Amino acid sequence: MDAKRHELNIQLAQMLKGGVIMDVTNVEQAKIAEEAGAVAVMALERVPSDIRKDGGVARMSDPAMIAEIKKAVSIPVMAKARIGHFVEAQLIEALRIDYIDESEVLTPADEECHIDKTKFSIPFVCGARNLGEALRRIAEGAAMIRTKGEAGTGNVVEAVRHMRTMNREIRQLREMPVEEVTGFAKQNGLPYELAMQVKELGRLPVVNFAAGGIATPADAALMMQLGCDGIFVGSGIFKSANPQARARAIVKATAYFNDPQKVLEASLGLGEAMPGLEIGQIPPEQLLAKRGW
Amino acid sequence: MNNNQKNIKSGAIGVLDLQGGVFEHLIHLERLGVAGRRVKYPPDLANLAGLIIPGGESTCISRLLNIFEIKEPLLAAYRAGMKIWGTCAGAILVAGEVTGEQACLSIIDIAIERNSFGSQLDSFQKEALIPEIAAEPLPLTFIRAPKILRAGPDVNILLKVDDYIAAAESDKVLATVFHPELTGCIALHRYFAKKCGLTTETDKKTAIDPLWKNESWTKLARIAK
Repeated sequence: MDAKRHELNIQLAQMLKGGVIMDVTNVEQAKIAEEAGAVAVMALERVPSDIRKDGGVARMSDPAMIAEIKKAVSIPVMAKARIGHFVEAQLIEALRIDYIDESEVLTPADEECHIDKTKFSIPFVCGARNLGEALRRIAEGAAMIRTKGEAGTGNVVEAVRHMRTMNREIRQLREMPVEEVTGFAKQNGLPYELAMQVKELGRLPVVNFAAGGIATPADAALMMQLGCDGIFVGSGIFKSANPQARARAIVKATAYFNDPQKVLEASLGLGEAMPGLEIGQIPPEQLLAKRGW
Repeated sequence: MNNNQKNIKSGAIGVLDLQGGVFEHLIHLERLGVAGRRVKYPPDLANLAGLIIPGGESTCISRLLNIFEIKEPLLAAYRAGMKIWGTCAGAILVAGEVTGEQACLSIIDIAIERNSFGSQLDSFQKEALIPEIAAEPLPLTFIRAPKILRAGPDVNILLKVDDYIAAAESDKVLATVFHPELTGCIALHRYFAKKCGLTTETDKKTAIDPLWKNESWTKLARIAK
């Protein structure tokens, strides 16, 4: 991929700022998401909470299903490839959709290597728990970052942890003298050049969305107030009592995240949110955020 | 509720701040020494000389315009003399006719088609000369861009490429399907400021600011100050 193409891919993510990207599993849901004001949809066969429930190996979705969703909406379409599964990524690129999520929600195909994203023309978004993960993914060619959170739980605690961790590390980097950056970069596994860029910018050089456990308008506004540029909602919409109303409400709350009155209005009369999972109740080997490094 | 209300003054250009590339436009206005203001609530429209509707997702922005009751105040400000510039999604929102869907603001007689080039893999950069805007070729960035398919008799076509129109204007409205705010090109922002009756900093006559970097917008979205 040439530098111009990479810049265009980073810029598409910039155009998604302040928006909500929704997981959808069929054409009908994709249309509901688009109508509600989603800025993009993530096409997948099962939302994370079902993947968690079903167990087994979770792979890339049926390409026919992704293609159908692409046909049904005019907003950008994303799809997930397994961590390290560069052939799944090649197939998604051949489908000519808009973005690939190299995602820990699917079962990793490679426990040592993430995909070399510089070999692709299609942009990638990747999950991160801290600044090191974020910058390693950017070094590999990711054009957009999101928190990992803990997908399919309806519990925002891990997304908050990941965003706070990144913010803390950015603040540390920003304030330290240049001669300390080498050691900090070594300790946290930060590619040095990118660490210097983050130090200069005071944030990631690409768009950073929140993902993993966002279930309510208040969750979305919380992540935005913590400094995220936009929101991914996975199971939170179509596993709730009234997906249409909840989708619209999360769009509203994301746009007006700093205005409690508007977030309150968005939160009224939505019916039941998706059922939530306590992180401590999940067996450690079933934690998705630990996948990838 | 709204910090902007305190220091409202005339001579500013607003950027509609519901979703999309807001910071990118504000940083360009700053480069030209033009006062920029985020427009999130109807009172933010007071005394604006012009309003930029940024790139983003047009369905999202149009929904938010409606549900937060900004559309009518925005149209009232427009009728009172505020100029409007729509870039990409913004061009779709100002158009009088949108292929396959209801028009939103309908303030310029153009027909436009959303996402007319294909997927992100079909996004591209190119250069073109727009004589009304600048004497040198300008970098143009098309991201999942729409195409203007037709322009009415009162609309001046600024740039035609192949079979489509990429930039057009009426007395009060400018529409571009590309993103000058995603390049170092400040000529279109200067042109729009002039259209709004504003003067820009005289020492910056160049069409392209060499100091621009794609990360420039992040200055307005820092985690650590």
